[in-house]
Amino acid sequence: MKVAGLSKRIIRSLLSTQYANMLEYRVEIALWALSGVLPFIMLTLWSNNDAGSVFGFSQLDLSRYFLSAFLVRQFSVVWVVFSFEEDALLGKLSPYLLQPLHPLWRYVSSHLAEQLTRLPFAVIIAAIFFLFNPESFWIPSIGKFCLAWLATLLSFSISFLLQSLIAAFCFWSEKASAFERLLFVPYLFLSGLLAPLDSFPPSVLKLAAWTPFPYLINFPAKILSDLNVNLLGGFISQIIWILILLPLVIISWKAGVRHYTAMGA
Amino acid sequence: MNNSLIEVHQLSKTYKVADKEPGFKGTVQHFFNRKMQEVPAVKNVNFSINKGEMVGFLGANGAGKTTILKMLCGLIYPTSGYVLVGGHSPQRRQEDFLKKITLVMGQKQQLIWDLPPMDSLQVNAAIYGVQEKEAKKRINDLAEMLEIGEELTRPVRKLSLGQRMKAELLASLIHNPSVLFLDEPTLGLDINAQSRVRSFLAEYNRKTGATVLLTSHYMADITALCPRVLCIHKGELFYDGGLESLTNKLSPKREVTFELKSKSKPEDFLGYGVLQQHSNNVVTLLIPKNELTSMVSKLLTNFDILDLEINDPPIDEVIGKLFNSGSLE
Repeated sequence: MKVAGLSKRIIRSLLSTQYANMLEYRVEIALWALSGVLPFIMLTLWSNNDAGSVFGFSQLDLSRYFLSAFLVRQFSVVWVVFSFEEDALLGKLSPYLLQPLHPLWRYVSSHLAEQLTRLPFAVIIAAIFFLFNPESFWIPSIGKFCLAWLATLLSFSISFLLQSLIAAFCFWSEKASAFERLLFVPYLFLSGLLAPLDSFPPSVLKLAAWTPFPYLINFPAKILSDLNVNLLGGFISQIIWILILLPLVIISWKAGVRHYTAMGA
Repeated sequence: MNNSLIEVHQLSKTYKVADKEPGFKGTVQHFFNRKMQEVPAVKNVNFSINKGEMVGFLGANGAGKTTILKMLCGLIYPTSGYVLVGGHSPQRRQEDFLKKITLVMGQKQQLIWDLPPMDSLQVNAAIYGVQEKEAKKRINDLAEMLEIGEELTRPVRKLSLGQRMKAELLASLIHNPSVLFLDEPTLGLDINAQSRVRSFLAEYNRKTGATVLLTSHYMADITALCPRVLCIHKGELFYDGGLESLTNKLSPKREVTFELKSKSKPEDFLGYGVLQQHSNNVVTLLIPKNELTSMVSKLLTNFDILDLEINDPPIDEVIGKLFNSGSLE
């Protein structure tokens, strides 16, 4: 039986092949995992002037939040627009478009396989973090862990759809990834990667709530670090963003394919 | 009764291309005031292809061959006109249609670069819904026809161009397609690999009855595989018919070279044909094909000939002339 063009066998073979492919790049992936230590740098900055206390975060809350932010980022990072752009420009997309499987599933599988490859490196980095900050060690309850995992998965889905929407511009423009860079700054500030959103003025918070960014890092990281968070509101917002983005991706993809010139192929 | 598997009616494609003048001024102008130009790549093309036919597409670079191929497989949309392949409109990309066709591009690959071809083959088998046992059998059969074996378990990046092309063909044919669109399938391959790919395609057509539409820069591909050719120049189809009758039209004369026992003068051959060469007792004449038999027997009667050879002008030369002129006139 197929759901959205996928069968168990397609999922199995795509994931196992992409995992084998990602293992070929394990050193590169380890470096990527290491390059995601921005939350730890931010933790150092925030800890030095005890700024967390201004918005009600203890030192322990801060260190757990930033470690959680690091982990959420590791498992929600998306690069589909860059791969897609390269494939579209080099003509690699053409054979995928002629197969009875939506090409985006290939990119989904390579992201999931990459996350699996990142897992051991993320665990090692977390272990090193605890080694230097033993007081921050905590084990979330199974329930909270599962909710945080679900929120991270939804965060990945939002990011993936958002980038796929941008990637669809590749059908019109050769450099669609430039649009992605436009989103990077708001993502950096409003996702909670640089600071928990609680540290922002209420007016900025209000504005941020209308964007998908707070639900990408801040929301899952707060669940994982056992901080006070509006679970129902967060999950509903994540689902709403998916429901907004999914049809947009489908429509823009359909329109884009009509415009495709199969350049380089 | 209409037997056509592929029907192309008034097919046209126009690309919009941005023009840019060289230099800094041109760059600034291009940035603020981009000038788009409409470039017609294919103009009102009509043809049909029957099931099981092997048809070659001939034309110079940029003639529109690949654009037509891309429209036939549904990769790009026509500006006007329509295409039907097996009753399907390719641009709808219905699953039934996609399972019937394949597109092989000589210089593009679908195989995963760092993994052995076998991994990509398994993914393709799953995507096309080929059962594992059946997929294994097809891989073995195709691998045997392509003379490829242990290469299937070596990373693609370690394979030679010829081995990669064979693996690409295997990956493209694992779902047993009945329509093959081949764009320069032998490009860059050495003579042996070209010949292997050619015999494989002929064998695949013979065994499965698949319809094949092929573009190639190597005339040997076309002469070995395609009894029928479509010639295109600047987006317009100007010939659709047998390869042999095309060469007859383009070159209605044969080259007759003979060695004489004794010396002769050029004027001795007036009335026999067009004198091409006359030296050291060796003479070459161009004789119209319809007069060939009578002229050769006259020559044999009137001269003391030691050796005689009749040749077609080289097909590459003939087709080269065709590409330049873009017409049969």
